[in-house]
Amino acid sequence: MHPTNRSSRILQPVKLWFVYLSLFAALGLEYIPTGRTPGLPDWVALVLAFWCVREPLAIGMGAGFAFGLLVDVGLGAAMGQHALAYVVLAYLANALARRVLWFPAWQQALHVLPLLLLAQAIMMLVRLLAGAEFPGWSYFLSSFSSALLWTPLSFLLLLPQYQPDERDDNRPI
Amino acid sequence: MSLVGHQPPPIFRRGPAPLARLFVFVALCLALLVADLRFRYLEVLRNALSVVTYPLQMAASTPADVVRNASRYFGTLVDVQLENADLRRHQLGAGERLLRFEQLEQENQHLRELLQMSQRVQTKSIAADILYNAPDPFARKVILDRGTQQGVEAGLAVVDANGVIGQVTRVHPVQSEVTLLTDRNQSIPVSVVRNGVRGVLYGVGRGMLEMRHVLAEVDIQPGDRLVTSGLDGIFVPGLPVATVTRVDRDQDAFARIECEPLAAIERSVQVLVIGRAAYPPPPPPPEPAGGR
Repeated sequence: MHPTNRSSRILQPVKLWFVYLSLFAALGLEYIPTGRTPGLPDWVALVLAFWCVREPLAIGMGAGFAFGLLVDVGLGAAMGQHALAYVVLAYLANALARRVLWFPAWQQALHVLPLLLLAQAIMMLVRLLAGAEFPGWSYFLSSFSSALLWTPLSFLLLLPQYQPDERDDNRPI
Repeated sequence: MSLVGHQPPPIFRRGPAPLARLFVFVALCLALLVADLRFRYLEVLRNALSVVTYPLQMAASTPADVVRNASRYFGTLVDVQLENADLRRHQLGAGERLLRFEQLEQENQHLRELLQMSQRVQTKSIAADILYNAPDPFARKVILDRGTQQGVEAGLAVVDANGVIGQVTRVHPVQSEVTLLTDRNQSIPVSVVRNGVRGVLYGVGRGMLEMRHVLAEVDIQPGDRLVTSGLDGIFVPGLPVATVTRVDRDQDAFARIECEPLAAIERSVQVLVIGRAAYPPPPPPPEPAGGR
């Protein structure tokens, strides 16, 4: 059963090192050279949005800015392009945090999809203003594939918090 | 830290409000963008941050390397034999042309000496493979498998068998990034082979090029070949670049000249990075007569 605010499931507290480890793993996935294939998910945006929704007190705009810069450097994009998009994404995901966790996972994905689209639109606007070429509408497919991955990813990233210290069948952890 | 949309009582207030922090970060990002896109100030910051990203990038490119090597390994023997036969034929033709070329170059050198003209510059070149398209979907760039360790520098010209494909714009230790001619931010000074008219060729996207700053009455026809003019001191003069496909003189004082690249810009696999023209060093400045 997916742990939402509505369910009775109580999770272990999150470990901060695991949050950053997952963000760096997403960065590694982002760096896999896939050429110009459209529709590949933006891993860093997805994992960042996830932790911004789950742990709004720990992860926010600062992490978005830092990882945005790392993505910019690694992908050879304009400096600050991903940083700007991720800062706005983190702000809005933090704002969603107190509402979105009352919904089941697929509805959470529907909440996050517009944020991912907005982040992509910001990046496109910045680069078009700088005189770049329009990459085609298939560019926005990336957000949809990211949103599809929300449910499996939230299961995966919450796995460490499912493990109780000692097993007790009468306790809802 | 306070949460978005949640105002804590003053005794618990920690740090500035989220909206204020958002504005600070957005302003910072916009400053970075302007500094990078408009003034190109941030190469230092890029290099510093690439210390963090480089090991991750190397690790991430391993699966792509495996896939590429595997597909090369399992390419059938027949394909390789056909390719080999083809290459032999090409080699014969090229060898004959090369013999004549050496003779012509010597003759050219003699004539230049007779006329007391400056010598043509010698260049060295580095063979490289294109690894993959750069992931930035807004630019037309490719990544080469040669970097600073093999002597690649930023600004060098990159050609394939038929003509120029672009220019090295960023160099890493064992990789380099080439901006293709068809990128909207790339330009190259060219001249027409037939009559030596000079102009500048710009990428317009969609794999096409456009020659600008040419007056409407200048003699340019569809089918004209364009070569690098070497006026920039970066591209060696005389490299083939494009052919003119359409000339439109109706609009205003300048002609609208559409061109098609000669090189297989978006499809080539093996390329050559052409070294910078090694000009002789300038003569030392004359000694000042008096002391300071």
